[in-house]
Amino acid sequence: MASITFREVDGGSLKYWLLLGFFGLFVLFGALAWNYMHHHGHVVTGMDNQIVWGLPHVFAVFLIVAASGALNVASIASVFSQKMYKPLAPLSALLALALMAGGLLVLVLDLGRSDRLIVAMTNFNFKSMFTWNVFLYSGFFGLVGIYLWTMLDSSVKRYSKAAGTAAFIWRLVLTTGTGSLFGFLIARELYGTAMLAPMFIIMSFAYGLAIYLMVLAAAYAGTGRPLGDAVMQRLKNLLAVFVAAVLYFVVVYHLTNLYFAKMTSVETFILRDGGIFTTLFWVGQIVIGCVLPLIILLTGLSKQRSWIMIACGLIVLGGVAQMYVTIIGAQAYPLDMFPGLIERSSFADGVVHSYVPSLPELMLGLGGFAVALLATMFGIKVLRLLPAQLDDATVAKLEH
Amino acid sequence: MNEQKPMTEHPASPERRSFMGAATATAAGLAIAPGVMLYEVAHGKPDEQAASSAVRWGMLVDATKCATGCNDCVSACSTENGWTPAAESKHVKQAPQWIRKLELEDPLTQMQTNLPMMCQHCAEPPCVDVCPTGASFKRADGIVLVNRHTCIGCRYCMMACPYKARSLVHEPLNDTQKPDVPRGIGCVESCTFCVQKVDRGDGTTACVEACTAAGHNALVFGDMNDPESAISKRLREIPTKQVRADLNLGLGVRYHGI
Repeated sequence: MASITFREVDGGSLKYWLLLGFFGLFVLFGALAWNYMHHHGHVVTGMDNQIVWGLPHVFAVFLIVAASGALNVASIASVFSQKMYKPLAPLSALLALALMAGGLLVLVLDLGRSDRLIVAMTNFNFKSMFTWNVFLYSGFFGLVGIYLWTMLDSSVKRYSKAAGTAAFIWRLVLTTGTGSLFGFLIARELYGTAMLAPMFIIMSFAYGLAIYLMVLAAAYAGTGRPLGDAVMQRLKNLLAVFVAAVLYFVVVYHLTNLYFAKMTSVETFILRDGGIFTTLFWVGQIVIGCVLPLIILLTGLSKQRSWIMIACGLIVLGGVAQMYVTIIGAQAYPLDMFPGLIERSSFADGVVHSYVPSLPELMLGLGGFAVALLATMFGIKVLRLLPAQLDDATVAKLEH
Repeated sequence: MNEQKPMTEHPASPERRSFMGAATATAAGLAIAPGVMLYEVAHGKPDEQAASSAVRWGMLVDATKCATGCNDCVSACSTENGWTPAAESKHVKQAPQWIRKLELEDPLTQMQTNLPMMCQHCAEPPCVDVCPTGASFKRADGIVLVNRHTCIGCRYCMMACPYKARSLVHEPLNDTQKPDVPRGIGCVESCTFCVQKVDRGDGTTACVEACTAAGHNALVFGDMNDPESAISKRLREIPTKQVRADLNLGLGVRYHGI
């Protein structure tokens, strides 16, 4: 097998520093947003006692789900021994760690008492899915970190497959945990189903790979290193399979719900009468997030790299829309405590809850994205994670 | 040349000595007093008086007696527990509501029903299950509470509660707080069955007192484990329901007339 040379990106160019500064600015905005929310309380957000998880959760959960998906490429290389993917694995692991860090930051900085993080680290209730997630996230950092180490240090290289396999199993459990944050809730109609765990896993495959492809292409374009079509074509086909699977899960989920009379009302809300949520579902999640990317990825359009990038961007946008519908749409629909009766109160019972995200919430969420991208940019500058070249000839040699 | 004068030329005067003594005592007092005061004010009950599972506190709501337009239970709760009523709050949508009046209407028959809705003090509380830090907890006597010291404000309990009984304190609190009802920004709170009154031995809650005082008698509070308690007797006499009984949470609040 031909050997691959990994090299740090130069990172001395104006372009690199400008991009770093750009992301840094958003990290700063995120920090200021947190400070503002923490000082004044959640009263300065769009959240209230009806919509208790708002835009920060949309970004946080998206990033956490995408993080485990970003590890796909590395898993294919180590667990399934696909040689072509081996040179792509270190970036995959780094991106997974970076996205996880960004998502977790948003999650913990949106706590009502983010200053009490240490309490969450020292007091555990093992019946809570949140507690399990604390361990799953920590374990993810540990295992993916070790995995990255085995890829970078030749003295421990022989443990790479074992570490990769452990990280792969862990990320499946982790996303099961993320989906089950909602799956284990009895109160709201759209939650409380085992469907959410596998659905989140398949979504993580799609979102994570889409982000990975964009970062990969950007890194190679930015550094002027050759990146052949063989790699991109193989990965875009995989991405199409993931997106189709997401669509399948979403269709089965809603069709099953529609079959039950008690779910008709809430399904009608999401699919037809929900205003912004209906729009985000059909236009965002389905058309932008699934249908258009599938058209691009499965037709001749995807022979051009720019179209693959557009498809990836659409998948990310669709993914954020999906999280918005999943997290906020489900809360906007009123709790049905007395089925069949009209409910009225001073506490918004019986009415659809409105939610307008505030600027600090948006900035906190975007700050999470910025942290992830900043960490990735920094990582590829200080560590030898990116192959010096991935042109078709180099890649072809790997497989023979 | 030495300008320093020997100490013996200026012995400490008795006045100075007593001043120093008083100052030391004051400083020591200031340092220790808060600890002493805290111990005095916020101490738990001795072990032998801890909440007991022999007791199951519960409430009966007779919706047939709950008057339209009457808000006395809500006002009494707000006064007793020191939360600002939503209508008086600057941020109505984000104001906490520990208890609220709910109006129900059957769209077919136009039958209207009034009832108060608050924490149902489940035997199997979903809020306690999901709380990552264990801040949400259920006492042995069935009262579901939030530990203000370990609540991190994640709001997972609010996502889990089928009754929307919980509120997050969204903004810094004004000075309406009561010494025996601790609250705090960024923490989640809800009806405590007036635990401070229960633990004082009042045997009732502010909402029940207000409803009784208004002559409606729609609310009864008491020990559901004691067959001789007023609530147990009443529960034997009239049919009652649990809201969302399908969830099988074993509610501490039972409704008649719904």
